[in-house]
Amino acid sequence: MSDVSVDTNESATNNEQPKSSDRRKFLTVGTCVVGAIGAVGAAVPFVASWQPSAKAKAAGADVQVDISAIQLGQMIRVKWRGKPVWIVRRTPDLLQSLSVHEGELSDPNSEAEQQPTFAQNQYRSLKSEYLILVGICTHLGCSPQHLADGAFEEYAEGVAEGFFCPCHGSKFDMAGRVFRGVPAPLNLVVPPYQYVDDNTVIIGSEAEVV
Amino acid sequence: MNGFMSWIEQRIPVMRVANMHAIQYPAPKNMNFWYIFGFLATIVLVNQIITGIWLTMSYEPSAERAFASVEYIMREVNYGWLIRYMHSTGASAFFIVVYLHMFRGMMYGSYQKPRELLWVFGMLIYLALMAEAFMGYVLPWGQMSYWGAQVIVSLFSAIPVIGPDLVEWIQGDYVISGATLNRFFALHVIALPLVIVILVFLHIIALHEVGSNNPDGVNIKHKKGSLAEEDKTVYKIHEHYTDKYDIIDDVVPFFPHIVLKDLVAFSVFLFGFCYIMFFMPEMGGYFLEHPNFEVANPYKTPAHIFPVWYFTPYYAILKAVPDKLFGVLTMFGAIAVLFALPWIDRGKVRSWRYRCGLHKVNLLAFTAVFIFLGYLGGTPQENWKIIASQIATIMYFAFFVLLWIYSGKEKTKPVPERITL
Repeated sequence: MSDVSVDTNESATNNEQPKSSDRRKFLTVGTCVVGAIGAVGAAVPFVASWQPSAKAKAAGADVQVDISAIQLGQMIRVKWRGKPVWIVRRTPDLLQSLSVHEGELSDPNSEAEQQPTFAQNQYRSLKSEYLILVGICTHLGCSPQHLADGAFEEYAEGVAEGFFCPCHGSKFDMAGRVFRGVPAPLNLVVPPYQYVDDNTVIIGSEAEVV
Repeated sequence: MNGFMSWIEQRIPVMRVANMHAIQYPAPKNMNFWYIFGFLATIVLVNQIITGIWLTMSYEPSAERAFASVEYIMREVNYGWLIRYMHSTGASAFFIVVYLHMFRGMMYGSYQKPRELLWVFGMLIYLALMAEAFMGYVLPWGQMSYWGAQVIVSLFSAIPVIGPDLVEWIQGDYVISGATLNRFFALHVIALPLVIVILVFLHIIALHEVGSNNPDGVNIKHKKGSLAEEDKTVYKIHEHYTDKYDIIDDVVPFFPHIVLKDLVAFSVFLFGFCYIMFFMPEMGGYFLEHPNFEVANPYKTPAHIFPVWYFTPYYAILKAVPDKLFGVLTMFGAIAVLFALPWIDRGKVRSWRYRCGLHKVNLLAFTAVFIFLGYLGGTPQENWKIIASQIATIMYFAFFVLLWIYSGKEKTKPVPERITL
């Protein structure tokens, strides 16, 4: 009895207790630590299994778009990584009007990193004529509506055209810049893209900076 | 027969547990109408599990087939429409009875010492139930399923630094997709039901350890040896309770007294449940939203997005705050603060019958604000509603602040020694 119960107060003397209980404590802690490492290791496949699969990643590859058929003022939607991407061919009038309402915007100069560096300008695009945006509201991911020909005036006085999110009322101008006082915190995202030639754009990657 | 029963009993304590937790469980005799909702919630849980099992027999969890398989259930599976409507009506019924159950707890101070953990387990059930309901709503893969999932999952993107990666991890894709649907299916039919059943078990164990509260909020268990023999209950109460306490003569055994009362309530509940299920299963778009009769389309957001009615109060709080991160924090804070209720309320008197007038006003105002928030979160956005929801959000939190302030030095009415009827 006495040799197996050294760690109980009744039978252990003060002299032998520390030696035995230190060893036992070391073994207990050691077992727990090794066991915990094993548990973490075993959890890895379960956690990692939730990451996008190879199939999802392949579906998220770059998209090539022919933009030659887009008329002035027209907007097309393409699919990239399962998200809607808008391509708008803006009229010169529209481009000029962009500076009028800048006082009502929360980030008119695109200081937040919501675009590749090439699009950090007033038009938020590589070529000012073509606006390319991810059509997902930066608030909670709804897809805003394109309101043109004065329909946007209802939501922003004096601004004829823009994007309005029906979910929570966020408003963006025709450069995807967010208005102040709406739930969306940031401008709409400009995806990485590059022009192969005048009529073809690749969405998903940008040209290497030379 | 007796021999067989005692053979069983010596090996597994069937009758002992039945006696301890039902047949000889001491229930206060003044338990009123408000005490039926725990029982009803259990019944609804059983309904959800059984109908859910049957639905999985015909449902196909894939982005391509989910919507069509729900139509198949509705149109071609024998009684599929009935089983699905039992499940969808059950989901809303679950929240109705749970909200009333929680309101009962707040009226009669059932969260106060020593029932703090009982309340916390209840809140955990409520939280798990919300996750369960949300994921279940995604499964039909209609427009509201898709965009509701989009909004809810995006909430996590508000977390600084890890937010966007976390969203991708939850979705298993760059967007809400079939991968998301399949994992929500797994969580909805396996993981969360297990969690809920375990939590319900713990809730009941915790309840039976501390004993049921009652509309007077007075104790029925007294210190051993403190009661005169004529004051002790005349009923046969299990030794589990009488060994530790003197039980006052204000209790009835749970079975049959409370069970029969609950069964009457259940039959009344069934009238309402069946009426909705047979005649208005969509409940005017509140139980099943109309955009969900259209298959999910990632390129077209419905004009108005609302969660199902039981989430709308929190949705209104989310919309009220013009900052994304702060909005998400406020919304989760609105739920978190309920967890802390037993510690925010410093009062010693449980039932609102004997608490100060301000407490009654405060609790009723809180209830009204919660319902009003539900209205604001469930109707299209308008300008006046922004201000209204901001005021209502402040009032929601003000309930807890006020409660903490006045409950410290509250002028209460005298609490009776014995239960009144």
